[in-house]
Amino acid sequence: MRLYVIAVYLFLYIPIGIIALFSFNAGRHAAQFAGFSTQWYGKALDNPFVIDALKTSFTVAMTSALLATVCGTLAAVALQGIRGRLRMVYDALIYMAVMVPGIVIGIATLITLVTVFDTLNPLLATLFGGKAPPQLGLGKGSLIAAHGLFTMALVIVIVRARLQGMDRTLLEAAADLGAPPMRSFVQITLPQIAPAVLAGFLLAFTFSFDDFIVAFFVAGSETTLPIYVFSSIRRGVTPEINAIGAMVMAASLVLLITAQMILRPRKR
Amino acid sequence: MEARPIAELRAVTKRYGVVTAARGLNLSIRPGEFLSFLGPSGCGKTTALRMLAGFEQATEGEVLIDGRVVNGVPPYLRPVNMVFQQYALFPHMNVAQNVGYGLNQRRPRPSRAEVAAEVERALQMVRLAGFSDRRVWEMSGGQQQRVALARAIVNRPKILLLDEPMAALDKKLRHEMQIELKSLQRELGITFVLVTHDQEEALSMSDRVCIMDHGQIAQIGTPEDLYDRPQSRYVADFVGRSNFIPAWVMGMVGDHIRAEGPEGLSFTARTGAPLTIGTEILLSLRPEDIQLALAGAPDGHPMRITHRIFLGEHTEYHLSSSAIDHLVTVVPRGADAVLRNLTVGTEVAVCWREGAPLALTRD
Repeated sequence: MRLYVIAVYLFLYIPIGIIALFSFNAGRHAAQFAGFSTQWYGKALDNPFVIDALKTSFTVAMTSALLATVCGTLAAVALQGIRGRLRMVYDALIYMAVMVPGIVIGIATLITLVTVFDTLNPLLATLFGGKAPPQLGLGKGSLIAAHGLFTMALVIVIVRARLQGMDRTLLEAAADLGAPPMRSFVQITLPQIAPAVLAGFLLAFTFSFDDFIVAFFVAGSETTLPIYVFSSIRRGVTPEINAIGAMVMAASLVLLITAQMILRPRKR
Repeated sequence: MEARPIAELRAVTKRYGVVTAARGLNLSIRPGEFLSFLGPSGCGKTTALRMLAGFEQATEGEVLIDGRVVNGVPPYLRPVNMVFQQYALFPHMNVAQNVGYGLNQRRPRPSRAEVAAEVERALQMVRLAGFSDRRVWEMSGGQQQRVALARAIVNRPKILLLDEPMAALDKKLRHEMQIELKSLQRELGITFVLVTHDQEEALSMSDRVCIMDHGQIAQIGTPEDLYDRPQSRYVADFVGRSNFIPAWVMGMVGDHIRAEGPEGLSFTARTGAPLTIGTEILLSLRPEDIQLALAGAPDGHPMRITHRIFLGEHTEYHLSSSAIDHLVTVVPRGADAVLRNLTVGTEVAVCWREGAPLALTRD
C-alpha cells in the first residue's frame, strides 16, 4: 500500500521535476544534462517575445481575476438569499460551470463572441457613419471575457462555502443595532468573507495565467505565455522552454499555496 | 389611568406558508416592566419577540412600539435592541467596537470621544470595565453574554429584547446572571422582554409572564397569579407542577365549590369563576399542598407509596390508591424524620386544607 502511494506520487511529480531540473541544463539539448547553469533563465527573460507574452498573460489574468472576483462575490451573496428548489438548480449550474472541460468553454465562448461581434460590428458602423467605426474582434478583450467567465464560477463556489459557514444572526444583530443592509454588507459580511474573496481572486488569477485551451480559441492575434510555449515547442523543446515552465509553475504554486493557507479554517 | 403601553400586539397572527406560528396575539407591554414569554419550543414565543424586533412581519394585525404602528418597519429603524441566544458578537471586532457598533450607526454620527465614553459606561454596567481591547472569542461564555448585553443597552432602547439569553450558560452562572439582569433592569428602567422555556427563569425575574401554547397566549399574569390561579391545566402544569384529579361540581359553599371525585372522595376547592352543578372539572392540587401522615390518621385518604425520591431540600413521594392512581407530594427537609424516610409500599394517609385544590374547567 505504501509502495503504491509512493509510486503514484513519483509518477505525478517526476515529469515536473525533470522540467525543473533540465531548466538548469548548461547544454543546448533538452534531453542531455550537461552541467548546471542558470543561463536559460537569463535567455528566457531577455527574449522580447517571452516578455510580451508574459505581459499579455499578466494583464489578462489580473483583469479577468478582478472581474471574476467582484462579479462572483456579488453573485454568491445574491445566491445566499435564494431558498428552496431554485437554489439547488443554481448550485448545480455553478458546479457544472466549474466542471465543463476547457475545450468546450473555449469553443462555446469563441462561437458566442464571434456571433456577437458579427451582429454588433455592422450596427456600430451605421452608428458611427463614415468616421472609422470601432471594430470588435478577438484579442485581449475576448481573452479577459472568456477567462473572467470560467473563473467566476470558481469564485462563486469558494465564496459561497464561506458565506454558508457564516453566522446569519450576525446580520440580524447588525440590523438590530441600526445598520441598513448596504452598511451591514460592508461592515459585517465583507470582513467575514474577505479570506474567501482573496483566495478566490488568487485562484482565478492562477487559472487564467495557466490557461492554454480557452486562450487558444479566443486569443485572436494575442499571444499569452502558454500559447507562446506551445508554439515554441513545435520548433523543439529547448531548456529555455523548461525555464519558462519552471517559472510559471513556481508562480502558480506560490499563489495556490497562499490561497490554501487563507482558506484554512482559523482556530477560534 | 394606566400609562400608555410601550408596545402592543393587536390581534397579531404570523403564518409561514401553511404553518401558523402565532395566532391572534393581544398584549400590552407596560413601560418599565419585565415581561417574559414562556412556553415550550414551537409555541410562538420567539416569533412574538422577532415581530417586536422587526425580523418577522405580522401576517395579520398590528404591532405598535411607543404608540406607533411598526408593521413593515425594518429592524434598523426600530427603537429596540436584542440580546441574541448565541450572542451574535462580531468576531472581527474587539469588545469596544462591538459595543460601540450601534452608536456608530447613528446619523449624524457621534464623536469618537462620545462613543468611547458611552461604551465604557455600558461596560461598567455589565462589570466588564477594562475589557475594551479584548477579542470577543477570547472571552468566556458569561463574559460574551455581558458584551452582548452592553452592546444592546448602550443604545438605550425603548425595549430590550432577550432571546433565551441564558440557554448557553451553565446552571450556576445562569442563576447569577438572572439576579444581575433583574438589577440591571431596575437600574436602567428599560422595558425588558424575555423569551425563555425555563419556568424558573421566567418566574424569578419577571413582573409579568405571558404563557404561550401552540401560537396562542394561554395566560398572562404575575408569577404569583399564574402559580396560585392558573386558568387551565396547561398553565397549572407548566408553572410549577400539579396533580390533576377528575371531579364533578356538587354545589357552591360561599366562594368555594364542593366537588366529588372518584369513589365518592369529596373536595372543597377554589374556583376562578362560578360553576354550575354537575359540571365535569379537573382539580389541580400542588404537591406541597398535600400533607402526609402515617396510616390511620383521621380524615385522611389512605394511599400507598410507590416511589420515594430524595432531592436534598425535600423528599418526593409518589402515591397510589384505588381512587387516585397517581399523586405526587413532597416532604420538606424540616419535617419529621419518620415522614422523610418512609419506604416504598408503606401505607399512609394524605390530606389537604379546604380550598387548597383549584377547580379547572376541562378542555
